Amino acid sequence: MKRLNISAAILTIVTVACALLWAFPLYWAVITTLKNEYEVVEPGVGLWPKVWTLGGYLYVITNTQIGRWYLNSFVTSGAVTILVLMISSACGYALSQLRFPGRTVLWLIILASFMVPIQTLIVTHFILMNDFGFINRWAGVVLPQLIVPVAIIIYKQFFDQIPREYREAALIDGASEYQLFFRVFLPMNWGITTALAIITFIGAWNNFLWPFLVVTEQNMMNVTVGITQVKDAFGVQYARNLSGAVLAALPVALAYLLFQRRVTEAIMLSAGIKG
Amino acid sequence: MKFGRREIIAAYVLVAPFVISYLVLFIYPTIKMVELSFTNAPLIGAGDWVGLANYVKLSKDNLFIQAALHTGYFVLLTVIPTTLIGLAIAMMVSRLNGWLQSLVLAAFFLPYILPVTVVYLIWTWMLDLQFGIAQYAIELFHGSRVAVFRDRYWAMPTVAFVTIWWTNGFNVLLFIAGLRNISQDIYDAAALDGASRWQMFRNITWPLVWPVTALVLTIQLILQLKIFDQIYLFTQGGPFNSTYVMVQFIYKNAFQLNRGGYAATVAVALFAVIVVVSVLQYQVLRVRGGKS
Repeated sequence: MKRLNISAAILTIVTVACALLWAFPLYWAVITTLKNEYEVVEPGVGLWPKVWTLGGYLYVITNTQIGRWYLNSFVTSGAVTILVLMISSACGYALSQLRFPGRTVLWLIILASFMVPIQTLIVTHFILMNDFGFINRWAGVVLPQLIVPVAIIIYKQFFDQIPREYREAALIDGASEYQLFFRVFLPMNWGITTALAIITFIGAWNNFLWPFLVVTEQNMMNVTVGITQVKDAFGVQYARNLSGAVLAALPVALAYLLFQRRVTEAIMLSAGIKG
Repeated sequence: MKFGRREIIAAYVLVAPFVISYLVLFIYPTIKMVELSFTNAPLIGAGDWVGLANYVKLSKDNLFIQAALHTGYFVLLTVIPTTLIGLAIAMMVSRLNGWLQSLVLAAFFLPYILPVTVVYLIWTWMLDLQFGIAQYAIELFHGSRVAVFRDRYWAMPTVAFVTIWWTNGFNVLLFIAGLRNISQDIYDAAALDGASRWQMFRNITWPLVWPVTALVLTIQLILQLKIFDQIYLFTQGGPFNSTYVMVQFIYKNAFQLNRGGYAATVAVALFAVIVVVSVLQYQVLRVRGGKS
């Protein structure tokens, strides 16, 4: 028994060491932003700044349009989140609780689109957004991100757990179809809505390819695209570059740390595993 | 079957936003993409019908063949390693309990939620030829420093390495859920029979977690076929086109060379490949559903 404990302890130590090594680049990036540029390029490994400074952050805030990029990111990611959840919850509810001609066909189409490679449509999405006049507009960033069949599938699964008698009873009590959806069914699945909201927002915030293509003007860029512009403008200034990176990652990192359980729940649901 | 009139109207109102956005933002662009692939149109503007000329050209385009091979190489470098590493980490993490488990899991998972540009900035700093801290490790194993993103042999494996670091947390989560579903009783019984750790892994863990492994493999395969972001940021397809991949081929033709028709042809090809893989995945999942 004692032998087993020793090997278990060693395994735990190895695990913790691996975890530290895995997270080290994150620590190293953050600590670099708190050093002076000349200390950053000193030889050797300085795990702790000799002189603490927020110079990198101040530089990024005062010399780039990061405030504007933040606004763009929040508006477009927020809009994607709200619209995707509204579209998906309504559709998932109808598919689950209502009976109407075309229901089976629609459900099969959604299942078949589960993993559609939206990214391969960049060419025609660009042409379409150009036809709408949405290049360099928030709408142009948001629209192509709205097709998320998996959100509908998840909503339907959750609404399916509620028996149809529930609906009939509420209708007899005089509720309208829409009251039923907004007042009864949606609040019953509040947990899943928050979970989906968090990962949809993180996904939209992190999306690179499409926002990068559809926006060419600096002041319309999302922050995740914009921070690569800082680099191009100043060359090797790592404290500044990484300050921009930390600022760009801050909202999603906070969202994850605050709602860790919700995030993992939503990710497993999207992959088709019930947590 | 008889439908209630009120119910039908309500249903159509509720599914309308999805159906409309699906038609405008998915069906129409897909049809348009196929149509475009038969023309010589620029990105914006009309072109002439050229029949299968683009497809013929594509099959002989050396750069496209290279891009397809590089995509395959990247898939090879990422999919199986990330699945195995994910399983190993999940097994290590699921032994732990309480706050230690939460902390260790967070350390492995945190990179996954970062934007790709942040990952890019972190690793250009880590791997900087002159000042990068990871160069000490490269020096140790390789003997000298390497400008990894400017070396045709190092570039792709390095991007693959960073990709695994970035996305592996997702796999870890799925595997932890899979491991949790294996009853402890089975291990206890095996331990009573004197089974070694390796025997337990080989005869209990591996077969019982296989459905999750298959799921992770297929998700990763589909994901990595669409590789673009990291490669574009780190190398722009260079050096000497050694990291030039399929989506980059689409991007370059459409947005830099203004060849909308030709770019659409490549997009159709990639679309087809991914759909085929997805159908295979669906089959895998169905088999899994049938067994359990």
